[in-house]
Amino acid sequence: MASKLTNEAVIERIKGQFGSDILSVETPYDFLTIEVPSNKHHEIIEWLKKDEILNISFLTNLGGVHYPDQTGREFALVYHLQSMPNNFRLRLKTYVSKENPEVDSIVDLYAGANWMERETFDFFGITFKGHPNLVRILNEDSMDYFPMRKEYHLEDATREDKDDRFFGR
Amino acid sequence: MSTWEEEKIHDDGTYESSLDTIDGSIATLNLGPTHPATHGIFQNILKVDGEKILGSEQTIGYIHRAFEKLAERRPYNQITTITDRLNYCSSPINNMGWHMTVEKLIGAEIPKRAQYMRVIIMELARISDHLVCNSVIGVDTGALTGFTYLFQQREKIYDLFEEVCGARLTTNMGRIGGFERDFSPAFNEKLKAFLKDFPKVFNEFDTLLSRNRIFMDRTRGAGPISAERALEYSFSGPNLRAAGVDYDVRVMEPYSSYEDFDFNVPVGTTGDTYDRFQVRQEEIRQSLRIIEQALAKMPEGSYKADLPEFYLPPKEEVYNNMEALIYHFKIVMGETPIPAGEVYHCVEGGNGELGFYLISDGGRSPYRLQFRRPCFIYYQAYPEMITGSSISDAVLTLSSMNVIAGELDA
Repeated sequence: MASKLTNEAVIERIKGQFGSDILSVETPYDFLTIEVPSNKHHEIIEWLKKDEILNISFLTNLGGVHYPDQTGREFALVYHLQSMPNNFRLRLKTYVSKENPEVDSIVDLYAGANWMERETFDFFGITFKGHPNLVRILNEDSMDYFPMRKEYHLEDATREDKDDRFFGR
Repeated sequence: MSTWEEEKIHDDGTYESSLDTIDGSIATLNLGPTHPATHGIFQNILKVDGEKILGSEQTIGYIHRAFEKLAERRPYNQITTITDRLNYCSSPINNMGWHMTVEKLIGAEIPKRAQYMRVIIMELARISDHLVCNSVIGVDTGALTGFTYLFQQREKIYDLFEEVCGARLTTNMGRIGGFERDFSPAFNEKLKAFLKDFPKVFNEFDTLLSRNRIFMDRTRGAGPISAERALEYSFSGPNLRAAGVDYDVRVMEPYSSYEDFDFNVPVGTTGDTYDRFQVRQEEIRQSLRIIEQALAKMPEGSYKADLPEFYLPPKEEVYNNMEALIYHFKIVMGETPIPAGEVYHCVEGGNGELGFYLISDGGRSPYRLQFRRPCFIYYQAYPEMITGSSISDAVLTLSSMNVIAGELDA
């Protein structure tokens, strides 16, 4: 079933509302991806949900990505949003720094964001302002690091008997 | 998050509640982590007044295996084994979903025959997934008989999987690009036998429960959720359809040639246990229809795409042919070139939209791989669905939501 909206029409409408807040627009594999400032993403997601034409009112997924080399924007938060009536998907990204990895929670908009944000906090250490119960979810409570960050290697760093060079890594 | 309001408990153990009280005091009850009713390892701490549930707090993560971290260290073909262990009741769907994600990333064209073969396997997996869920709803209402008969049929499906890939539960089936071999004559025979025998057993099971007065009284109105709340909670799959939303990835964004087949998407109205049961029952019938159509229309052609960089060449070629030797080396050492890119691909899994968000930086492993696990997302609505109901309804709600611990905890 083809989508009732085109990427161009959607981005035009979003830009008409938010203009310069849309920092970049990409369409990798025909999937509309926009980047927004971390202090505006709540407002934009709320508007997308309430806008009657776009009706992007379903949160598919959210999660973090760690880019240790991008100074000042080390963590990406990726929201996959969806409009079921229009059969359209949108990816919304926002970046935060490792010094201040904090964004507004969207639990007030989507109840389902609760555990997804807890999981992102659990694995990346990104905190969500306004979350009702931001504690670890899959890992143990006493854990003192955030395992999905790139500085934590999968294998025990103290081992000396394995040399990655010999395994093509 | 607990739905329980702590501030309303008084020091002497009595409490105030908007709900009618039974005992007037609160007891704490652990449902899980290991409990026959959870069908997996996860915990619910229930606050109960007599038999009535006032609130619940969930603890999950008991079988967390760090799949997303593991995936950042593995070559693409080795990640298939991880996907097996998400929803292990329908592993082949997860396998195929992952293969299709990588195919989308590398831009591979898959032959029609391989796509139809995938559809058959995925629909068999969906049947086995729904069989487990529905027969277990029967068990939890006290009807063990149907379960024993349906599990024989599930064995038959596993025999079919075994015929295709050698494994039964964690199948690791197929390759990036198609299958490792064509369906064998034995598979085709067994599938024909299954399609002939299964509907009889299934209809018998259906007559046992579907219009059974006791079963209907037990399940109707148990653990309901409205369509609005289900959408707020990002529900997908049978649980969302039971609430009345006709969303199915196979129809909305067809993959693997689902657009070629004629099937209906069943929906419920109230989102209660009975509707979830009925939606799964009907989906089993529709899956059978799809399999029959796929068999009848099975195109000629190859069972795999022409992707030598993802297929181990035959051994005799490796020893005698330079090109084959190079491919063999590259696959074994995980040196297959992968383009940089970012894709999201989703399939209709047994429990809902199973998504793969893959970021590749061109390296041997994904830079980041995130699984959208439907169980993890909809299980958080559980406290809301059982508050105010009885403990026995909570057990039914849990089994009818089909929470699979492997998918829940990744």
